[in-house]
Amino acid sequence: MKPVKTITGTMVPLLRSDIDTDQIIPQQFLKRIERTGYGEFLFDSWAKDEEGALKPDFVLNELARANASVLVTGRNFGCGSSREHAVWALHDWGFEAVVAPSFADIFRNNAVNVGLLPVEMDEETVNRLAALAASPQQSIVIDLENLKVVAEGFDETFLIDENARKRLLQGLDPISETLQLESDLKAFESRRPSWFPTTASF
Amino acid sequence: MSSSTLFDKIWNQHTVDDADPALLFVDLHLVHEVTSAQAFSGLDHAGRTVRRPELTLATVDHAIPTTGRGLGIRDPLAKRQVDALKDNCARHGIQLFGLDDPRQGIVHVVGPEQGMTQPGMVIVCGDSHTSTHGAFGALAFGVGTSEVEHVLATQTIRQNKPKSMAIEVDGGLPPGVTAKDLILGIISSIGVAGGQGHVIEYRGDAVRNLSMEERMTVCNMSIEAGARAGMIAPDETTFAYLKGRPAAPQGEAWDDALEHWRTLHSDDDAEFDAVRHLAAADLEPYVTWGVNPAQSSAVSGGVPDPSSFSDPAIREAAERALEYMALTPGTAITDIPIEHVFLGSCTNARIEDLRAAASVIAGKQVNDGVSAVVVPGSMQVKIQAEQEGLDLVFIDAGFEWRDAGCSSCLAMNDDIIPAGARCASTSNRNYEGRQGRNARTHLVSPAMAAAAAVAGHFVDVREWS
Ligand code: SF4
Repeated sequence: MKPVKTITGTMVPLLRSDIDTDQIIPQQFLKRIERTGYGEFLFDSWAKDEEGALKPDFVLNELARANASVLVTGRNFGCGSSREHAVWALHDWGFEAVVAPSFADIFRNNAVNVGLLPVEMDEETVNRLAALAASPQQSIVIDLENLKVVAEGFDETFLIDENARKRLLQGLDPISETLQLESDLKAFESRRPSWFPTTASF
Repeated sequence: MSSSTLFDKIWNQHTVDDADPALLFVDLHLVHEVTSAQAFSGLDHAGRTVRRPELTLATVDHAIPTTGRGLGIRDPLAKRQVDALKDNCARHGIQLFGLDDPRQGIVHVVGPEQGMTQPGMVIVCGDSHTSTHGAFGALAFGVGTSEVEHVLATQTIRQNKPKSMAIEVDGGLPPGVTAKDLILGIISSIGVAGGQGHVIEYRGDAVRNLSMEERMTVCNMSIEAGARAGMIAPDETTFAYLKGRPAAPQGEAWDDALEHWRTLHSDDDAEFDAVRHLAAADLEPYVTWGVNPAQSSAVSGGVPDPSSFSDPAIREAAERALEYMALTPGTAITDIPIEHVFLGSCTNARIEDLRAAASVIAGKQVNDGVSAVVVPGSMQVKIQAEQEGLDLVFIDAGFEWRDAGCSSCLAMNDDIIPAGARCASTSNRNYEGRQGRNARTHLVSPAMAAAAAVAGHFVDVREWS
């Protein structure tokens, strides 16, 4: 994973609450066995009509938004299915950060693992940012080192779990880190009761 | 020693590295075709192996057909995905219940049924409804694909410790009010994010009196309240369910396990970060009218007026929901006509669910305008139902009787509800497009779904004869 330090770009406002991962990437696109190729299906049912043509009034389809990198959205973003495909789709489309009043737990973990920055700020602050984002040209800078979000007339701090921040800043691979704890792991395994189930029963 | 909750006990017993976030040992890793392929390729790419294949159990459920299986999988993408799982399991020595295995089924039905799900375990799966397994007093939660890869490689998971929430349901459930109604009632009272960052322990008399199947229905939908996991302390009901199942301990091992399991409950003076109380007597059968599982009304009620919600975000969500669902405020729930009935999913497709539905429709006919389908949660459930003659009850009434899988719960296979059609579904999510693009889902209990199939609209099962 590439380290995430500062994100500079423009925004897309999508102020709906409880956007579930089924909306972010609908089920019919989950059959791929790769981690890429989901961007064109982001918010598919909202972005396209029954014939598959882009709906011009959906904010993501505005030409001036094509290079945006920050999604500004409502509370409980990413609820529902654990599908990491939702994060892959946002990332593929070009988003590097999502700003919301709150995130669903699994989505937040997935985002950090993929390198999509979840930025949490209170609802009133997010609403103010979304109002600024109405202008597709409005630029934004998110500084993960100093936990700052800066836009025109907007200078706020945000919250993120300290460990997530560290991992994003350094682009760490959690598996290699865990594998360094081999002796702890072995010791734990040797203490496990023998009656815990295994698939050897089948 | 200070007193602990059930959740604390399991967490502490599984901590390999007591950092923040902690590293927890995973006793059982469940795997299905949709969220695993990328994890296996990541593993291969890094030259890593599966650390404990014997603690990993795979099945196919999401993308597979529920009819005509003899012909194989026609959808080339779904076939590629299922073949990838087969290949990955074979290479890494993982037990797979494949398409033609009599133990195949929805991952959250199969684990408990085979006795792999036991009290006090940490269980994960690349699937949010892993919370189901908490019904046995296990700590079970859904993870993403990167985390699946981590678990495959290390048999551990790194997690921030969630907070604890007790939901106490006092009294007994009124007649005709099911476990599904209990959880829909809880979700509507705490909201779809009410459990965020928490592990819920369901407690109280109403919960104690539930069967294992009913407990699974409740814990299954913990994620619909936004919770990290849901759990119910194990008791005699749990032990009786487990005894004799293929992976359950036997002989002396059973006694050792039992001794440990009996310690798995929250201590009397344990403190929870949050406590909610609910009176079971106030619950009714519920029907969702919107596009998230908290948007529900009692069957005796009606479609609400969005302006009755004071929170602007909830009001706006309700307006959007009614537009998508094509419903007008004030419409009586029992006046909503339906065209499809789906009896299935990891929430409500176990043997008791099929029995409950069958008892409602016995000797009756599915309404002319309704297409009704039963998709058992596993092939074992299907076989048992056939031994009890339930298949004939359904078929005689005009239901289709399918093979096991997720089916119309998420419509990844051909079991798609058409655009604009209304479906009474025993599943767990009524999101926009969940059962098919522009399909309209109403979540209900199996008995309510069965009654709606006969009537062609929702009816109050408490008045059914
Ligand atoms: S039945 Fe539905 S909710 Fe359950 S695992 Fe399958 S798709 Fe997920």
